[in-house]
Amino acid sequence: MVQLQIFGQYLKQYMKARLAYRLDLIVKFITDLISQSFNLIFIVVVFGHTKQLGGWSQAEVIFIYGYFLLPWAIFGTFFNLWSFNDRYIIKGELDRVLTRPVHSLLQIIMESMTPESLIGVFTGLAVMGYGASQLDLYWAWYDPILLIVFTLGGVLVYGGIFIALTSISLYTDSKTDIQPIVFNVSNYGRYPVNIYNRIVQFVLTWLLPFAFVGFYPASYLLDRGDWRFYAYLTPLVGVVYFAIAVLLWNRGIRHYRGAGN
Amino acid sequence: MLAMYREVIRIRFLMMLAYRVNYYSGIIIYSINIGAYVFLWQAVYGGKPSIEGFSAIQMATYIAVSWMARAFYYNNLDREIAEEIRDGSVAIQIIRPYSYLMVKVFQGFGEGLFRLLLFSVPGMIIVSFIYPIQLTADPIVWIQFLISLLFGFIVNVEVNLIVGLFAFFVLNNQGILWAKRFLVDLLSGLIIPISFFPSVLQKIFAFLPFQAISYIPSNTLVKGLSFDKWLPAIGVQFVWTIILAFICWGIWVKARRTLIVQGG
Repeated sequence: MVQLQIFGQYLKQYMKARLAYRLDLIVKFITDLISQSFNLIFIVVVFGHTKQLGGWSQAEVIFIYGYFLLPWAIFGTFFNLWSFNDRYIIKGELDRVLTRPVHSLLQIIMESMTPESLIGVFTGLAVMGYGASQLDLYWAWYDPILLIVFTLGGVLVYGGIFIALTSISLYTDSKTDIQPIVFNVSNYGRYPVNIYNRIVQFVLTWLLPFAFVGFYPASYLLDRGDWRFYAYLTPLVGVVYFAIAVLLWNRGIRHYRGAGN
Repeated sequence: MLAMYREVIRIRFLMMLAYRVNYYSGIIIYSINIGAYVFLWQAVYGGKPSIEGFSAIQMATYIAVSWMARAFYYNNLDREIAEEIRDGSVAIQIIRPYSYLMVKVFQGFGEGLFRLLLFSVPGMIIVSFIYPIQLTADPIVWIQFLISLLFGFIVNVEVNLIVGLFAFFVLNNQGILWAKRFLVDLLSGLIIPISFFPSVLQKIFAFLPFQAISYIPSNTLVKGLSFDKWLPAIGVQFVWTIILAFICWGIWVKARRTLIVQGG
């Protein structure tokens, strides 16, 4: 309860700071929109030369991409851990965080969150809606609930992987480039995984399970039964990866010695 | 004069060399990105022997070549210039006895040269083991490609200078820098060869400088363009380098007159 109140306070402070630079907000929104529309243009141009991609139509691929934007936006809101090494380890901000009585990871999430990224959820829903409007999809009464559960599962997968990678910084103070590498792998998850070869499919399912962020849940919502089993696994995979990440983090915090003197 | 610019190239090259470890991960990242598009296009090709004059193997080669070429022409000169304008250090640079813009160009060239030798070449070798790629052995085609690549670099640098100099007029141009990056990646033919776009868009792109950055060099190497087809392509690149150079110069002259150093 206390944590929730603190969260509210952080949010209020953030909003004050952010609204001082309103133009930045608009600029960020527009550039996000541009990058997303370019991805859509890419899909449309590709489908100008083929009727199907590994058995998926243009509307279906657009739907998968739109769905992928939901967990992506929520992840982008709360897990901006990209500059963790610079800001918290090298500059020593982590020492300040550790003296406070709220869990260190929660503090860091609250300090680096960007609530305006949540707009991406609406973009995602619009893209999904556009894809769905060209398809004859069957929506059971529980499908919206599953959509939310799947989305949260995807966020946990994303969050888990990147928290785990960030906690590497707690064990070693040298910079690693593993985050951008894995980040680029994550882009694979927004296309149907059956177009990749078996090794890539295995990696995307069991090692860096980005297929659970976009493709598996979306294929379920598209009424494709072939990956139903994997879709149901989404929340479980999310919880497992997130739990492992938090354990790694906690261990890392105990291990942490500080960067300087 | 030239000796000085050679020194600029050398220093940037050595500076990059000091941080060379960063580039091993870069090669992995590029290989991953190439992989994503290679798989995607393989699925598009299915059984089709060729689309828009590209065979499946040529397509894979095109993707690999255009990404590895990007390692050469890509630089952050736009951001460097924008930052120097914002923090005011551009004022010091201007009074120094060299041309600010030319130094930037040669710094970019030093950086590009470094990446060409220590990123693109080993990267290309690695990638050609992983993916189905076929590179020509014809030395003339390679020379044509390198000349075209150099022009691609110049056009990209000029675009970067123009965008960076915008910071003189718009005090926060972060958004413009981002948008430009997406725009260049898409419209230069890095992700999709220009000939794959709908014909209406192709006609529009023909009037834009971006295809001179990536599409023309990559196409030269992959298709092994004959000399009489290569000449007009290189002509287009050449014309763009001239036009953009004039635009750069115009903005630079105007910008120096309106220079306001924030907090200066």
